[in-house]
Amino acid sequence: MRYIESVVTLNLDAEKCIGCGRCAEVCPHRVFTVTDRKAAMIDRGACMECGACQKNCPVDAITVKVGVGCAYALIRSRITGKEACCG
Amino acid sequence: MVLIQKQKTRAFSIATITLPGSPKDLIPLLSFRDRVEHLLVRIGWRRRRYIVEPALYRIGSPMPDSPVIVTANYKLTVDTVRAACAGMDLWVLVLDTRGINVWCAAGKGTFGTDEIERMVRTSRLTDIVKHRRLILPQLGAPGVSAHRVKKITGFTVIYGPVRIADLRDFLAADMNATSDMRHVRFTLSDRISVTPIELVLSWQLFLAAALAGLGLWAIHAAPFPAAVVPLVGAVLMGAVVVPLALPLFPFRSFVLKGAAAGLLWALLMIALFPVDILTAARHLTLLPPVVAYLAFNFTGSTAFTSPSGVKAEIRWFTWPLLLWFAAGVILYFAELIRGWLG
Ligand code: SF4
Ligand code: SF4
Repeated sequence: MRYIESVVTLNLDAEKCIGCGRCAEVCPHRVFTVTDRKAAMIDRGACMECGACQKNCPVDAITVKVGVGCAYALIRSRITGKEACCG
Repeated sequence: MVLIQKQKTRAFSIATITLPGSPKDLIPLLSFRDRVEHLLVRIGWRRRRYIVEPALYRIGSPMPDSPVIVTANYKLTVDTVRAACAGMDLWVLVLDTRGINVWCAAGKGTFGTDEIERMVRTSRLTDIVKHRRLILPQLGAPGVSAHRVKKITGFTVIYGPVRIADLRDFLAADMNATSDMRHVRFTLSDRISVTPIELVLSWQLFLAAALAGLGLWAIHAAPFPAAVVPLVGAVLMGAVVVPLALPLFPFRSFVLKGAAAGLLWALLMIALFPVDILTAARHLTLLPPVVAYLAFNFTGSTAFTSPSGVKAEIRWFTWPLLLWFAAGVILYFAELIRGWLG
């Protein structure tokens, strides 16, 4: 199953990458592959913006806007003006 | 001397104490009571308060070189670990995630670098094991910075498989995960396990739908089933049928999935019960937005929807859905008034 892909905020700065392989290890949607000690995004559209890759990249080569992917929380935050949070 | 642990806190006993201060043994087999509790928890009982004490536990007879796995202190999570690890010799480091599962706690950061540091320190793990490796569930990764854990605790983080059931194979393969072990699929059985709570959480909508239907019936606008079934059924469609049949709807957008299901439901109701033009129009306007809203809410229970996507759906669909729904409400009242006037 896949979700809306055009709005995904994931970015990889391949220049910075040192090829440690963490991003491919942590991503639950097989977004990355690391070959010849360089990471590449092979399925960027599958990203659910969980932030695992960003948090575990030792050289900050990955950026992604992390947030709560839950409609109820986001709608509530729209109405109350408070930050979205699941429960 | 083996005693059943009695907690002063509300933590549940899952372990036996050997010596005070030393790691407790996790009982690998789940009891009948555990299983009954799991069913209750899935429908909302003790939500947020189904916890075990954060500590270092033992499964089997671990040695100083046995693997250490890390998990959350939601009892349902710990019980899954207990059941999956029966017959193995492991250390289990249970973090204080306030009774929240690994994935959600990682999102909040309570399953995180600092809590790992704290538990490694307070459990005196460095004195207990010889090696310096922690095996974390892969879905804990959004809360943890592996290189920071290494820096502040000296332990190397190894992300294990997504599903604890794969742990045995993972360890047997020298801690190498297959691509499949790393992949979240969100299968039918995953969806079935989150559906009961969707149902319980939408009880207010069920009540509202039932009352709206009863109103029509009371005022003789429609016979009982024709008044109540379309409305209550729409809530059921949104809370249960769409989540279970998720891949069958061809749209990416959850709102569109729900709207399509709602239109189908409305057409079915029009075909099933004798309706005039007003009632048919009311079905077509009132029911789809309700199903769409509930389906959209299900994004909170999936494991593949990005927050950017959810926000985009809010941007695109809030006004169309509100207007669509408002039309349905107006037609509903028109029908009530017509029934009342006789
Ligand atoms: S944010 Fe999560 S889903 Fe997206 S690429 Fe990174 S690890 Fe994968
Ligand atoms: S985690 Fe960062 S440095 Fe490591 S392979 Fe991925 S992008 Fe490269």
